[in-house]
Amino acid sequence: MTDTTASEKTEDIEIRLLLDALYTRYHYDFRNYAMASIKRRLKQGREQLGFPTFSAMQESLLHDPAMLAHLLRYLTVHVSEMFRDPSYFKAIREKVVPHLRTYPSLKVWIAGCSRGEELYSLVILFREEGLEDRTLFYATDISQDALQEAEAGIFTMDRIPLFTENHRKSGGKSSLSDYYQAAYGRVSFDKSLRRNVVFSDHSLVTDAVFGEMNLISCRNVLIYFDRDLQDRALGLFKDSLARKGFLGLGAKESLRFSNEGAAFTDFVRDEKIYQRRGD
Amino acid sequence: MGAAVGAIVIGASAGALDALSVILPALPEGFSLPVIVVVHIPPDKRSVLAELFQAKCRVPVREAEDKEPIVGGTVYFAPPDYHLLVEADKHLSLSSDEPVLFSRPSIDVLFESAADAYGPALIAIVLTGANHDGAKGMRAVVDAGGSGIVQSPEGAFATAMPEAAIAMCPTASVLSLSAIAAYLQEV
Ligand SMILES: C[S@@+](CC[C@H](N)C(=O)[O-])C[C@H]1O[C@@H](n2cnc3c(N)ncnc32)[C@H](O)[C@@H]1O
Repeated sequence: MTDTTASEKTEDIEIRLLLDALYTRYHYDFRNYAMASIKRRLKQGREQLGFPTFSAMQESLLHDPAMLAHLLRYLTVHVSEMFRDPSYFKAIREKVVPHLRTYPSLKVWIAGCSRGEELYSLVILFREEGLEDRTLFYATDISQDALQEAEAGIFTMDRIPLFTENHRKSGGKSSLSDYYQAAYGRVSFDKSLRRNVVFSDHSLVTDAVFGEMNLISCRNVLIYFDRDLQDRALGLFKDSLARKGFLGLGAKESLRFSNEGAAFTDFVRDEKIYQRRGD
Repeated sequence: MGAAVGAIVIGASAGALDALSVILPALPEGFSLPVIVVVHIPPDKRSVLAELFQAKCRVPVREAEDKEPIVGGTVYFAPPDYHLLVEADKHLSLSSDEPVLFSRPSIDVLFESAADAYGPALIAIVLTGANHDGAKGMRAVVDAGGSGIVQSPEGAFATAMPEAAIAMCPTASVLSLSAIAAYLQEV
């Protein structure tokens, strides 16, 4: 019997080569993502797209640019909710907003915005708090598909009860139904919510800083990265934040193990909201 | 078999608390292996599993954190609403990928990633439950040379999960809870 742990398995070599090819040819860099989840989703992709091996997948990817979109659909995960973890949004509303109010103009970056759930949550919250008009929102992701959907602002009706309940629990001051129109099993969020939003393709792995943000919300993206990549992204956030700017992470993400931790203080510890130090 | 054991993974669903209350408190002080556990819990519940079992156990019990190194002699519980996976370099990671068989955390996801990381040096245990999660995962563990143990359906609070695991892994040992507890003290 071969020792499967000592030497790299054929399949792992193939995955490494596939991700190398993806990077070299298309500049999408998944090489330092947490591999267990990537591998699981790639296997699913291999089965569903009908490839016998990852090597065959790699060949197709290199020669057929249409494969890129297919593959990216497996490599990126778009699970989200509006006002996901309502207590996070409640803390933004009650603890962060009072500080933001003291600025005449604001910049907010939603990094890894996926199909827009987190973005719309923050825009609605800012409107409820009377801050929307002075705020510019940057919504970024590496997935073109997701960005397009975010820009369209259309969600299936069956998700609305959960979104509504989350909004209420987050301390919502209006009714979520004020912001969308329902038709044919889908709801479409009001385009006025996108008035101050800039959508753009940006990778936390390969792209550069975004200047002078007052708040960066990046939730459930860093868990897909390995430690080094998490550090890179957190460095990017540090450099993109104004002094005393805020950083909000996902419920299971933290600065605790990061080399960048020293640049921040805990602001709302339980909600993973940090503040960039002033010096 | 023959390979030294490197880790134990456990999956449980309906009836999990009682079943785990037989197995985990029996782990002796100084137990050397990591024990990684997925219990199906509703997503909106703040998990009390780690606290609950810490009070009953002689080994440290914690809720798993993203990217933490796996330490021997520690029991890790998956947090609610996240999958728990084992990385090849023996770290834990969390993901918010889609639920699998309606479950997040999913037993299959844990078992399959652990099978990949530990190969033959893994013991996977499927306990009581009313769904089929864990069967495919245990198959992956066994295919990688690891061992499967299933709670015998006769004594189980819910039989579907152990039955599905046995059907998919005929070579798994089928044991009562107390036999599983005794077995773990010997590994
Ligand atoms: C699970 S979703 C998170 C959605 C939302 N932020 C939330 O918490 O509900 C993860 C998102 O991160 C995006 N993503 C993955 N890698 C990225 C990268 N390197 N830079 C920016 N976004 C990335 C994915 O495309 C996906 O839309």
